[in-house]
Amino acid sequence: MSVGVETSGLRKRLKANEALSGVTLSFEPGVLNGVIGPDGAGKTTLLRVLIGLLAPTEGTVAYSVDGRPAGFDAIRPGMAYMPQQPSLYPDLSVREHLEFFADLYRLPAAVYRERSEELLRVTRLERFQDRRAGRLSGGMYKKLGLMCALLQSPSLMLLDEPTNGVDPISRREFWELLGRVTARKVTVIISTAYMEEADRCARVHLLEAGKVLASGAPAELKRERGIKGFAELFLRLGGAA
Amino acid sequence: MSAPGVEVSELVVRFGDFTAVDRVSFTVERGEVFGFLGANGAGKTTTIRVLCGLLLPTSGSARVAGLDFSDGGKAIKSKVGYMSQKFTLYPDLTAGENLAFAAGLRKLDPGLARERTRELLDFIGFTPALTVLVRDLPGGFKQELALAAAMMHAPEVVFLDEPTSGVAPAGRVRFWELIYKLAGAGKTVLVTTHYMDEAERCGRVALMRAGKLIALDSPAALKREAFPKPGAAPSLEDVFVKLVEGADR
Repeated sequence: MSVGVETSGLRKRLKANEALSGVTLSFEPGVLNGVIGPDGAGKTTLLRVLIGLLAPTEGTVAYSVDGRPAGFDAIRPGMAYMPQQPSLYPDLSVREHLEFFADLYRLPAAVYRERSEELLRVTRLERFQDRRAGRLSGGMYKKLGLMCALLQSPSLMLLDEPTNGVDPISRREFWELLGRVTARKVTVIISTAYMEEADRCARVHLLEAGKVLASGAPAELKRERGIKGFAELFLRLGGAA
Repeated sequence: MSAPGVEVSELVVRFGDFTAVDRVSFTVERGEVFGFLGANGAGKTTTIRVLCGLLLPTSGSARVAGLDFSDGGKAIKSKVGYMSQKFTLYPDLTAGENLAFAAGLRKLDPGLARERTRELLDFIGFTPALTVLVRDLPGGFKQELALAAAMMHAPEVVFLDEPTSGVAPAGRVRFWELIYKLAGAGKTVLVTTHYMDEAERCGRVALMRAGKLIALDSPAALKREAFPKPGAAPSLEDVFVKLVEGADR
C-alpha cells in the first residue's frame, strides 16, 4: 500500500509562539519528501502533528491509501517515526536493539532474521553488531535508529533531521539507504536544515517561520525560479534572521 | 612579526593504549580562517581540546598565541574562545544576562565587562535589545550573541564548532561576514564542521582521519589534487569522501 499525506491550513501555537502559521502541503506517496528549513522553521512541530503526537490548533491532516481517503487508525500500524535524538539504550548492543524492537513489533522469528540480516548488511553495521549503542559514532547511532524503525517494514516513515551532526561519508550512506527504502514505495517524510540535501528528495517543501515558502520537485523548482541552490530561495523569500 | 595563532608539531594524544591524535603538525597564522574536518571519531575534538588548553599533549608540542603548556594550559585558556552554535547560551536568561555570565566565568571586572559588551555588540552589529530572552531570539541573532559571549575576554584564537549549521541562509551570510571581519582584525579563527559549504568558506582546510592529518590545503587546491582531470569539477564533499575512504584501504 502507498500512503499519501495532505495538510490544510495547519496552525500550531506553542505557548507564546506560533510554530506553524497556515501550512498547506501535499506529500507524495512512495517517494522521498523533504521538509527543508533552518532551525526554528517549524519542521519538528509539523512532523509531530503528522504522526498525531500534537493536535493542531487549527487545520487538518488527511491520509490516503492507494489514492483513497483513509483514517489515521488505518495508517497508524504502518507508520514509523524517528525523532531528532532516537531514543536508544546506551547499554544495549546493536543486535540487542534489533531483537528488542522486533519483540515490540511482534515480528515472527523468520521475518526478524531475514530483515535484521539485510539491514545489518546494507547499513554496513554487521561488524559492529555487538557494540553497545553508547559506544557508536554519531553516524552509526543514527543508522541504528533508522534500522529499528525499518524493522517493521513501514509504509510511512517520518525522520526528523536524521543527518544532523553526521559526517559527510555516513551522511551519503544514510541517503543511499533511504533510496533503497523508497524503491519499495515507502512514503518518506524527512526534515533537514541542510539545503544541499534538498536535491536528494523527489519533492521538497521549503519551510521558514512556520510558513511554506515553496514546494515542488527540486530540479523544477530551481528551473522555475532561476536559482542554483535553495539557499538563494530562502534569501529571496525568507525573513532577515 | 608576532607568533602564529596556532603551532602544532608532532602532537600525540593517547588515552590508555588508544592513540586519538597521531603525530599531527600544522600551523595557523594570525588572521587566517582555518577549517578543521574529519569523520566522526577522527580525532578533531581531541585536537581542539588540546588547543583550548583543556587536555595536555602526551608528546609533541602545541603553542597557542605563542604560549605553551608549561603552566598546564592555564595561559592558553585565557587566550582562546570557544563557540558551538548549539550549547553556549542559556535560553532562559536574557541576551545581556548571558554576556554578564560569560564575563563572570572569565572573572572580568564589571566595568570592563560593560565596556567589552559595548565594543563587541558594536563590532558584531547586534541589533536586538539585551533584555530579550535568548529563547525568543531568531537563530541568526542567537549565534551572533554566542560569538560575543565567547569573545568577552578578548581571545586571540577563536574556535567555532559548526557555527552556522541550522541557521537560515540570510543569518548565515551575515555570520560569515563577521567571521572574516574577525580574521581581518587579526584573530585566528578555527572552524570545525561536517558541512562542506562551511568548509568551502575557509582559506585552508585540514582533514583528519584515524588520528592523522591526511590533507591540508585551500579548498580549490584540495579539489585539484584529489581530482586532477581537467573539467572534473568535484565538490568538496567528493574530495572528503575520496580522501577519507582512500585512506581506509
